[in-house]
Amino acid sequence: MKRKDMLGLDGVSREEITSILDTALTMRQVVRSNNKKTSHLQGKSIVTLFYENSTRTRMSFELASKYMSAAAANISASASSVAKGETLIDTGVTLDQMGTDVIIIRHPMSGAPTLLAKHVRASVINAGDGMNEHPTQALLDMLTMREHLGGLEGAKIAICGDVMHSRVARSNIYGLTTMGANVVLCAPPTLIPTRIEELGCTVAPTIEDACEGADVVMGLRIQRERQQKGLFPSVAEYCDHWEITPERLALAKKNALVMHPGPMNRGVEIASSVADCGQSVITQQVESGVAVRMALLYMLTRRENG
Amino acid sequence: MEKLLIRGGRVIDPANGMDKIADVLIEDGKIAAIGEGLSADGAKVYDAAGKVVAPGFIDMHCHLRDPGQEYKEDIVSGTRAAAHGGFTAVCCMPNTKPTNDNAAVTRYIIEKAQTQGSGVRVYPVGAVSKGLAGVEMAEVGRMKEAGIIAISDDGQPVSNSNLFRLAMQYADHFGLFIMSHSEDKNLVGDGVMNEGFISTKLGLPGITRAAEEVMIARDILVAEAEGKRVHLCHVSTKGGVQLVREAKARGVRVTAETTPHYIGATDEWVMGYDSRCRVNPPLREEEDRLACIEGLCDGTIDVIATDHAPHHEDEKRCEFHIAASGISGFETAFCISNSMLVKTGKMTLSDLIERMSVRPAKLLGVQGGNLAVGNPADVVVLDPDKEIVVDASKFLSKGKNTPFDGKTYVGEIELTLVDGKTAYQGND
Repeated sequence: MKRKDMLGLDGVSREEITSILDTALTMRQVVRSNNKKTSHLQGKSIVTLFYENSTRTRMSFELASKYMSAAAANISASASSVAKGETLIDTGVTLDQMGTDVIIIRHPMSGAPTLLAKHVRASVINAGDGMNEHPTQALLDMLTMREHLGGLEGAKIAICGDVMHSRVARSNIYGLTTMGANVVLCAPPTLIPTRIEELGCTVAPTIEDACEGADVVMGLRIQRERQQKGLFPSVAEYCDHWEITPERLALAKKNALVMHPGPMNRGVEIASSVADCGQSVITQQVESGVAVRMALLYMLTRRENG
Repeated sequence: MEKLLIRGGRVIDPANGMDKIADVLIEDGKIAAIGEGLSADGAKVYDAAGKVVAPGFIDMHCHLRDPGQEYKEDIVSGTRAAAHGGFTAVCCMPNTKPTNDNAAVTRYIIEKAQTQGSGVRVYPVGAVSKGLAGVEMAEVGRMKEAGIIAISDDGQPVSNSNLFRLAMQYADHFGLFIMSHSEDKNLVGDGVMNEGFISTKLGLPGITRAAEEVMIARDILVAEAEGKRVHLCHVSTKGGVQLVREAKARGVRVTAETTPHYIGATDEWVMGYDSRCRVNPPLREEEDRLACIEGLCDGTIDVIATDHAPHHEDEKRCEFHIAASGISGFETAFCISNSMLVKTGKMTLSDLIERMSVRPAKLLGVQGGNLAVGNPADVVVLDPDKEIVVDASKFLSKGKNTPFDGKTYVGEIELTLVDGKTAYQGND
């Protein structure tokens, strides 16, 4: 891998994505084995720098590091420290001086990983920035889809929920369209970003249109504060029009995959009966997550041209 | 008796319909004569051959940050930077600390400018409301006696339309007008850049153009209902320009400004999360940029103002969301405007001087913008064809915050005189 950082899937080529996914397949063997220890990252130092709460993403990165024998450390910074505490650049430079090889950052503000990457020698992995990107989530989604669908070319992927505030949606739009899939979005118009179609996806008028013939139906979390901010009138009305229900899922292809990046709001964007049905691969996504993160860590710490 | 002869320049004085090669003789701080082959007897001579001699620029809208935020800029550095930009007079906005919402602060600004400034005239703008809070009217009459030129809550809109109406009536009694920062805060929400494809691409919360246009429309309608004057600050959208155009056509007493950055940059410049592009109103799209240029050309937009907004480096070396809004604009105003308007053939250099000097003087009711014999010698000498690379590190302003840094433009200020005294002179 030539790149220093993984900040997003915008501009990442099909070859590069394929290579990451292929490596992740190998890594998954490690996750599934009895002896979850390789020496790939021996002597490397990995730091997670999270300015937002996270359980699964952080744990996933941490385990990925440890399975490959890296020294892993975590820093939690509260959201309020973003404005008042040490600057992001100063924190980054400090981590650099401590010999950190990879900084994994989650931050409530779009572009923060870009800023950090410009000022540190270490590789930077974006673990979610504001409403911008969450590339490792999209990569693990694609790994899961590719395994079940055989390939991504021509697949119809319906993404339903709070697209506006979703970094998962943006990374998936970039990654999936690069891989030749057709991404169809569905949400209340107040939760669809301006001119999102220009990223190469389409917006379906109804969730029925979105699900019709889909290979994958993916839900995105609807935070209750969105309702309080006036973006839709009530959870009940949201469910009437946009919840992924068994009836709506039935419009998709037989055996279409049900996915969700988590954490789910059951009974809001996705019905429990859908989340737990036989077509759901939501739990497999978590396993794919560790594998993809192992692959990225491995590849970034072995980058060409240093 | 001090005499200066500016020899052989192209004198462009739109107020008097002059555009010819001539000498300008300055005596005792005033224009003494303009003509060919004037005698240099007893005068210092400034060779302006190949250069343009024009009335000094007048900036209706800037932030000098003094008192209270001298780490960003102060009246000394700010007036030096203004002179470097060819400005002989500037209007500074009241969002200082403390706010210029009372006569004491007004007097402080005027006195410091007169005793410590570069010579550039400083006309303070007083606040509309106490503390810019948008609740109670500030002591407009007392500030007028102390020397304010207009009132504004710039940086904040006057969201309460009735306060806006009352302030307009009240200010008019004192011969003042409102300079409106037109922005609907609810429509802005948590937005940090123009809402469009780029905001979606970057995942940054967008600001709809309607946030500006709704308030421009309100400002116009209140002014129309009252029959009073209103000046619209930093118009940045196509729709805003059209609202002003229509209002002027039906006789509303509305005037407007735009800035070099709205005619010289677009939201695409934000790509890469460049915090130097964080400004309010935000950089818009190409059609807005072109509409602002068209508005300047057809007279819809009266003047170019800088909205010079210096910030400390630390306030820009951070995440885009928490970066301070504003661009340090004095020292690039002419070269950007000249490149975008004159060198593209949209208007003549005389037209540009009209919008940077003659019109602002008229709107403000101040001296300047006119090289008639007997007037104070507020003069700029510039090279309209000199290609320059913007180097913010060389700015005289403390604020080096500009997205134009490193870019190439055409036009350089060589000499700025206020009352015939040198406020800025280039090295060669």
